[in-house]
Amino acid sequence: MYDVLIVGCGITGAAAAMELSKYDLKVGVLERENDVADGTTKANSAILHAGYDPEPGSLMAKLNVRGVALARELCEKLDVPYDPCGSFVLAFSEEDCRTLETLLARGKQNGVPDLQLLSGEQARALEPNLSEEVKGALYAPTGAICSPWEYALALAETAVKNGAELHLETAVTGLSPTENGWEVATNRGTFQARYVINAAGLAAQAIHEMAAPHTFTIHPARGEYYLLDKSEGTRVSHVIFQCPNENGKGVLVAPTVHGNLIVGPNAQPVAGDDTANTREGLDFVRQTALRSVPSIAFRDAIRNFAGVRAVADTGDFVIGFAAPRFLDLAGICSPGLSAAPAVAEYAVELLGEDGLSLTKKDDFVCERHRTRVKSMTPEEKQALIAKNPAFGRVICRCETVTEGEILEALHAPIPPRSVDGVKRRVNAGMGRCQGGFCGPRVVEILAREFHCSPLDIVQDRAGMWILACETKGGTGHGV
Amino acid sequence: MKELICIVCPRGCHLHVDDENGYAVSGNSCPRGAAYGKTELINPTRTVTSTVRCENGLYPRCPVKTDRAVPKALLREAARALDGITVKAPIKLGQVILEDVCGSGASFIATRAMPAKAPA
Amino acid sequence: MVYDLLVIGGGPAGLAAACAAWESGLKHILLVERDRELGGILNQCIHNGFGLHHFHEELTGPEYAGRFIEQLSKTGVEVRTDTMVLALTPEREVHMMGAKTGYRVERAKSVILAMGCRERTRGAIGIPGTRPAGIFTAGAAQRYVNMEGFLPGRRVVILGSGDIGLIMARRMTLEGAKVLACVEVMPHPGGLNRNIVQCLNDYEIPLYLSHTVTDIRGRDRVEQVVVSKVDEHRNPIPGTEMVFDCDTLLLSVGLIPENELTRMAGIEMDRRTNGAVVYENLETSIPGVFTCGNVAHVHDLVDYVTAESEEAGRAAARYVLEGGAKGGPVLEVKTGENVSYTVPQHIRPQNVENRCNVFFRVREAGQESEILVESEGTPIARFARDHVAPGEMECIALPKVLLDKAAGSLTVSVRAKGGTAQ
Repeated sequence: MYDVLIVGCGITGAAAAMELSKYDLKVGVLERENDVADGTTKANSAILHAGYDPEPGSLMAKLNVRGVALARELCEKLDVPYDPCGSFVLAFSEEDCRTLETLLARGKQNGVPDLQLLSGEQARALEPNLSEEVKGALYAPTGAICSPWEYALALAETAVKNGAELHLETAVTGLSPTENGWEVATNRGTFQARYVINAAGLAAQAIHEMAAPHTFTIHPARGEYYLLDKSEGTRVSHVIFQCPNENGKGVLVAPTVHGNLIVGPNAQPVAGDDTANTREGLDFVRQTALRSVPSIAFRDAIRNFAGVRAVADTGDFVIGFAAPRFLDLAGICSPGLSAAPAVAEYAVELLGEDGLSLTKKDDFVCERHRTRVKSMTPEEKQALIAKNPAFGRVICRCETVTEGEILEALHAPIPPRSVDGVKRRVNAGMGRCQGGFCGPRVVEILAREFHCSPLDIVQDRAGMWILACETKGGTGHGV
Repeated sequence: MKELICIVCPRGCHLHVDDENGYAVSGNSCPRGAAYGKTELINPTRTVTSTVRCENGLYPRCPVKTDRAVPKALLREAARALDGITVKAPIKLGQVILEDVCGSGASFIATRAMPAKAPA
Repeated sequence: MVYDLLVIGGGPAGLAAACAAWESGLKHILLVERDRELGGILNQCIHNGFGLHHFHEELTGPEYAGRFIEQLSKTGVEVRTDTMVLALTPEREVHMMGAKTGYRVERAKSVILAMGCRERTRGAIGIPGTRPAGIFTAGAAQRYVNMEGFLPGRRVVILGSGDIGLIMARRMTLEGAKVLACVEVMPHPGGLNRNIVQCLNDYEIPLYLSHTVTDIRGRDRVEQVVVSKVDEHRNPIPGTEMVFDCDTLLLSVGLIPENELTRMAGIEMDRRTNGAVVYENLETSIPGVFTCGNVAHVHDLVDYVTAESEEAGRAAARYVLEGGAKGGPVLEVKTGENVSYTVPQHIRPQNVENRCNVFFRVREAGQESEILVESEGTPIARFARDHVAPGEMECIALPKVLLDKAAGSLTVSVRAKGGTAQ
């Protein structure tokens, strides 16, 4: 019997698990995919928003500002790539300038520190590649960027280190109330829990409706992106937004913590988790971004992707008890990544108020360290390789990722089960050749460590087989 | 008159072969092209390159080729003839892997030296 | 110890450069290779067709590499495999790392950059659609099939008609896969005609020119690829879609020189070649640092890589043994009509012995063409060609006597025969 079972291990579920693992509770997390952070969390703008966007008084406003303050601390403790680079919202017209005034006022109400209005010249002085058309900008020094999947992974790992149980490839199929909680049916058997937290992202409406009557609708909104080579990584040094519109925060141009340039998203209503890219969507993103930063060299693009945000029709995060002992953390679209640790705090507060006994553990561990060979000094590298030669064997040439780092990830609290799982943990395959060189090497290492055939290694989700069969009359997948 | 693109070198000459007049070739830049034009119409042949399963080698496959061209009609059959054959490393460059491939008289030979895998 | 020469990369370029430098008298040479063995990409190019120029016989990739590895083994060149170069400084300090060798910084009097190139990926060309497993660059698929012994898929569409894509169409077919189509956005094939014949036609694989992939479908694994005809601006024409049921898409859509180390060292780059700007002796903007092979500009044939790299090896030896380049005027080589790039980009006539080879590519194919070299508007040389095409690198040899007379710049242009200089 779990005290709390969390459905979904994206950024929200992971943050909730980490927060709950501070207390003397039996916590479980059910994730239907083979890895954490495999939905919206892995495909978004990777921005920690300062917090001037949400309507004052909304949950989004309250939790965003608190969340980014917590994120700063968590990223440092948990060794998550984080860069407090600050953000700009650009104005191209008088109307936009009035919007900036509104955002400034909202930001002040929401408690966002140090906001500042800049003229076009002041903005270009700080960010020389901005368009000459820029008339003004709202500068938010507390805007930041991070690695969203590593952030979620670090939170989930911390939860696991502190006793939470993560069940991967475990999809919830039904919820029935019991005398003292819930029975949770899954493809891997039945779980009993006193409390259920619904952090199922795009599936949150479906999970909610297994437990309670319909109260909200998730409207999935797809956003498409370009990721550009590191040669474009310094094109801007702040997150560059345009004025928000009815479709959200609009197309941004930003550096990433990995040194690339990210451009996107658009916002397109889609059915379910349709993360396909479209010609129209990519054209729109490209053209819109060039308005902010005309010199972006899109010929140096290395990847397109799309993510789907779980936008609730309520216009705000949906956080609250939908049924006895069933807590929704739903509709967590932007600024969900920014708000996550605050959402988790709030969730625990609500559980406490509902009668969940909260006794802090005295042995809670909140630390994590990842070996990053690339950023070490020559002396550090030398010492590390002398101790363990695997840290001298470069597997991913573009990102300089060593076999030692991959093996370290494979022995971490939540080891990867796929090639992309390795990529999310150590960056192998994230670079300009997109795994062309290191893909076969990573497959080889995974097969060796899992004692299986390379034929059994998947790209990302279960079912994403890479190799069909052996050549020369060998075995293969069923034809 | 038949038109062909010569495949004996990267230049890719456009050949005209007079198949009613002793297979006289024009459009070639070298004698090899003339020979190719004639052979291609009478009895087209190709060198087959493939791999063979290699036990205990630095890599699980060793590249091979036929030591002479085989009739074009035998291409797929020749490649399939390597199925199920396993050669133990070390393999020498030029080592014969399979003789008289599909009755063609050609042999598959190794196109590299394949050292044994370093002990783990 | 300070090496005479440090060669970065043990593929065909690095091997030829190291051998030539040794023969030219350098005795302390270090060659660094990131893979577990020498030979580079040739090790996975198991097909034949290499060596007709250099060895006057037809070899497979491993055989071609093998000859140079053999030749190198007879020299005193020191080789470090499984070692990745992480940085090059303008002072010619080379930082490298390997499981056996640890982290080391080596210094050298001269450096040859021979890192080769990588393949353009889906992301570089922005193909719309889902992102399932089953999309490979042709080279990655080639490694799986030829070295690791795995077939990446059973029903295959190939985008791009570059030589690697064509070669893989044949390889996948011979290993039992069904190759449904080869799709090329340009109106002419990207690869050699001989490969169209012996890799596609021999196996009745259709080639769709002026077509491209406009959608990829499938959630976990590729299930369908949509191919559309394109107009003269390469834009897809609605209503021309063909749907192929397949599990694999191979990409053969171009190569990019791997110049991250070059950029890191602050060496001047050329956006047209994606390689370093070089002088007549393949020296970069940093004295004593040379570049050759596909990292300098992408070649069609390994034989040409070998020739260029031997030149770089000799130039490095001259630099070390005889001192740096002589001073004097520098001619800038400019791209004129229908020329997309030139190598070298600068010529120092005092350093040219008899003649200077200039390599370039045309933008548009043409018959009965004339190559015109002008210096500040004055024609100084003309060369005739029956046929020019973007896929075939051109080379002209400019005699020293002409270069000595030229001043300021040289412009190379290609036009139909009988055209006049502007």
